[in-house]
Amino acid sequence: MDWLQQLINGLALGSIYALIALGYTMVYGVLRFINFAHSDVLMLGAFAAFFLAPGMEKLFPAQSYLGAFLVLVLAAAICAAIGMLIELLAYRPLRNRPKLTVLITAIGVSLFIEFTCQHKAVFGAATRPFPKLIPERSFNFGGVIVGSHDLLVPAVTAVLLAVLWFIVQRTKTGTAMRAVSFNHQAAALMGVNINRIISFTFGLGSALAAVAGVLYAMKAPGIEPLMGIQPGLRAFIAAVIGGIGNLPGAALGGLLLGLLETFAGGIPGLSNYRDGIAFAILILILLFRPAGLLGKAQAEKV
Amino acid sequence: MKTTRRALFPILLTAVAVVLAGAACKKQSGDAIRVGEFASLTGKEATFGVSSHEGTLLAIEELNAAGGVLGKKLELITEDDLSKAGEPATVVNKLIARDGVVAILGEVASSRSLEAAPICQQNKIPMISPSSTNPKVTETGDYIFRVCFIDPFQGTVMANFAAKTLKAKKVAIFTDVKSDYSKGLAKYFKEGFAKSGGQIATELDFNGGDKDFKAQLTAIKSSNPDAVFVPGYYTDVALICIQAKQLGLNVPFFGGDGWESDQLVNIGQSAVEGHYFSTHYAPDVATDKSKKFVADYQKRFNGKLPDAMAALGYDSAMILADAMKRAGTTDGPKVRDALAATKDYAGVTGNTTINEKRDATKSAVILQVKEGKFKFVETINP
Amino acid sequence: MHWGAKRWLLASVAVAFAVSYFSEHFNRYYLGIAVDVGISVILAVSLNLINGYTGQFSLGHAGFMAVGGFTAAKVTLELSKTLPPAAAPALFVVAMLVGGLVAALAGLAVGLPSLRLRGDYLAIVTLGFGEIIRVVFQTSETFGAATGLTGIPKFTTLFWAWSVAALAVYVVASLVNSTYGRGFICVHDDEVAASAMGISPTRYKVTAFVAGAFFAGIAGALYAHHKQVLKPDGFDFMKSIDIVVMVILGGMGRTAGVIAAAVLLTILPEALRGFADYRMIIYALLIIGLMMARPQGLFTWPLWGKSARE
Repeated sequence: MDWLQQLINGLALGSIYALIALGYTMVYGVLRFINFAHSDVLMLGAFAAFFLAPGMEKLFPAQSYLGAFLVLVLAAAICAAIGMLIELLAYRPLRNRPKLTVLITAIGVSLFIEFTCQHKAVFGAATRPFPKLIPERSFNFGGVIVGSHDLLVPAVTAVLLAVLWFIVQRTKTGTAMRAVSFNHQAAALMGVNINRIISFTFGLGSALAAVAGVLYAMKAPGIEPLMGIQPGLRAFIAAVIGGIGNLPGAALGGLLLGLLETFAGGIPGLSNYRDGIAFAILILILLFRPAGLLGKAQAEKV
Repeated sequence: MKTTRRALFPILLTAVAVVLAGAACKKQSGDAIRVGEFASLTGKEATFGVSSHEGTLLAIEELNAAGGVLGKKLELITEDDLSKAGEPATVVNKLIARDGVVAILGEVASSRSLEAAPICQQNKIPMISPSSTNPKVTETGDYIFRVCFIDPFQGTVMANFAAKTLKAKKVAIFTDVKSDYSKGLAKYFKEGFAKSGGQIATELDFNGGDKDFKAQLTAIKSSNPDAVFVPGYYTDVALICIQAKQLGLNVPFFGGDGWESDQLVNIGQSAVEGHYFSTHYAPDVATDKSKKFVADYQKRFNGKLPDAMAALGYDSAMILADAMKRAGTTDGPKVRDALAATKDYAGVTGNTTINEKRDATKSAVILQVKEGKFKFVETINP
Repeated sequence: MHWGAKRWLLASVAVAFAVSYFSEHFNRYYLGIAVDVGISVILAVSLNLINGYTGQFSLGHAGFMAVGGFTAAKVTLELSKTLPPAAAPALFVVAMLVGGLVAALAGLAVGLPSLRLRGDYLAIVTLGFGEIIRVVFQTSETFGAATGLTGIPKFTTLFWAWSVAALAVYVVASLVNSTYGRGFICVHDDEVAASAMGISPTRYKVTAFVAGAFFAGIAGALYAHHKQVLKPDGFDFMKSIDIVVMVILGGMGRTAGVIAAAVLLTILPEALRGFADYRMIIYALLIIGLMMARPQGLFTWPLWGKSARE
């Protein structure tokens, strides 16, 4: 029966990783670089919700679903704007530079956001209690406890994955995104406004990160400026496991990682290796499938 | 080999420059007594570093307002060690060699104290750690002191508490694998609990800073413990208690002084209700001194309530000043002797006596979270 | 004066010895920084061999440093109990070499599985190895678990730090500038073409990892005997990134530039101390600014008369 509980735990954890991983993989797919600052946008989303929540309580009754939904949407919108701003200021000028340059810049942006937020004039380093946005309920199925949150996160992730899939596969913008991910110059020649599409991708990815941040904060109601680093790293591993640049892969990778981490974490001898387990899984998978689980191996043209 | 030549050139140049700069630098002296402090003001453990710094700062400001020490004002020079290994050595070197401090206050984390201690010892500069609990810190040398109790004592205190007061026969231990404080406390708890005839239900680890503990808590639940010992910091403990409650693990949780902060209740809310922890002083059996400290701290720092780190930071500075007054000088060896002779100092965190191992012999109090406040349960004397 | 590389090496060692000899007269703080600079140089130059010259994007260099540091410290701590104090320098050399060799083995263990991977995948796998190494040390009671190793004797002096740095630079630069060494850059440029020419990418990649890891291990040993305390979480991926930034800032593949960058990035946080609160924010902004303004690296000048690569 333990394993059933761990299954629930693992799915809930994995869904959050999946949600964050979607953002990483989208940006990578379009721009071919790892946006290190993604995990910090997650944190900004949680903080945005933190500051918006009291205001929302004045308009709606406390802990209403509608109020929570609005907070979520607003936080996502704010972070989308922030994401687009980061792209405009830090990544766009380096568009034609080698990938390593942008990578280091991304690291710089991430550090900048973290250290600035730790400054006492901004958020300060202390952990703050995240308010309860919606009522929480627990359901007991014969010893296995399923919380309302454990159901909410996978549901939201599934919905967002579906929305994302729809955007990417069925809309004009999505087609443009896919075009840009294949070949920038060709897409530009076909009349795609590269700048606008890339901006849009960043905005979308950041909005996803914000939603993940709020859900994460609802699950673990202590927020602080460095809260995004850990889940961000795990989600990034998940994205690579699934095949980076591949949307269903990111979701699959997230769930897989969440489950494996949870099952390993519950074993007394292994729980202290939890940090290393995620990476060990990654290395094992990449050894046998160098492009990730769902990734396509890129044939090298000579 | 142009490249190699060009390569070695910058090294030599910089080396010469750095060394010349250093040679030319003299220690500054002035009218103030310079006290150095190193703390983790940014980075992973910034919460604790900032707290202890604020306590220390309050103490220095109070001392100066009352006329200073030995007729001179105290100048506190604080350096941030970024919560990073490798930084304390550099920073303490700077404080001693460049800023000419007469004593060092710091650090909260035992590992960073351990890095700085040899340097203070070699330079005969007294060092007082506010809250490092690893026994090895003061073992470094006779210039190293601390104003808190050490892990072996606290671990035994909690082991006896679990066996006698909680009447627990099986206890599960949940440790922060990244924290030597947590590991140390767990080790001594285990020894003490076994001596009292108790059994360990299971032992699991978490990573400090993690937010998801359900995997381990599920396993803990299956081991059917009477109580769960979590010797961690309040940032993690609050979340652990919340998730434990969600999983229906309704046994008493208890821990050490890392729990103490009003944030424990702010974040944990109803989930931490009824749980226990050991610490240095009880706010509701507060002495006049500690009540005044709390009030002053709130006034100085925007209504924030001080946590254990802040209180200990305050006491470390006060005890240093007291030692200087007793020694009648700021001379290293004499201050060291005065510190070693500290007896029954009435601090904010309780009656402090420095023993022959340069640790503080202090009572521990056990508190329980009741209705969102910390209520005194019992005092354990050493 | 056209000196050969060997003469420069000897000159550096001589200067290091001289400065070290008079070290009591110098300010401890600056001496400590100078040692830190030496260690950073070794780390940057060794990573440069892997990342810069051979083009293998490794993000786990701190792991090799940890392996070398912990091994060397353990050797010293165990053996210093039984050996007389006069044997200290010999003990130190032995400890460093053991640390370097074990780190080299780790380099082999990391390099081999990583052969099939390219670019970003390689980066994340090396990051993973670095983290796994850190976790292993964090849970190992032999190496002190979370507390790490303490009370390590202070064997590292300015002389050791700088002479080893000079030696590392000499070895790496000689290796790359030799005929054999051209193979590294060849593999970097185009692996398929290289193997078509009979240059085994596998061999060069593994050599780069092993050599780079060896020196990182020695740097770790020097670090351990300088700070006297070794804690596993000091070797996380943030430390690896610190080293990577040095290599990129120096212009990947330019040994001189990388050295200059290592020196700059070690001294910079100290120079910024006056800004206390804003120090790390300024540091982050500087990284961003430098990448935008001069992404080919700060200290680059033409290699073999060609204009700067990329």
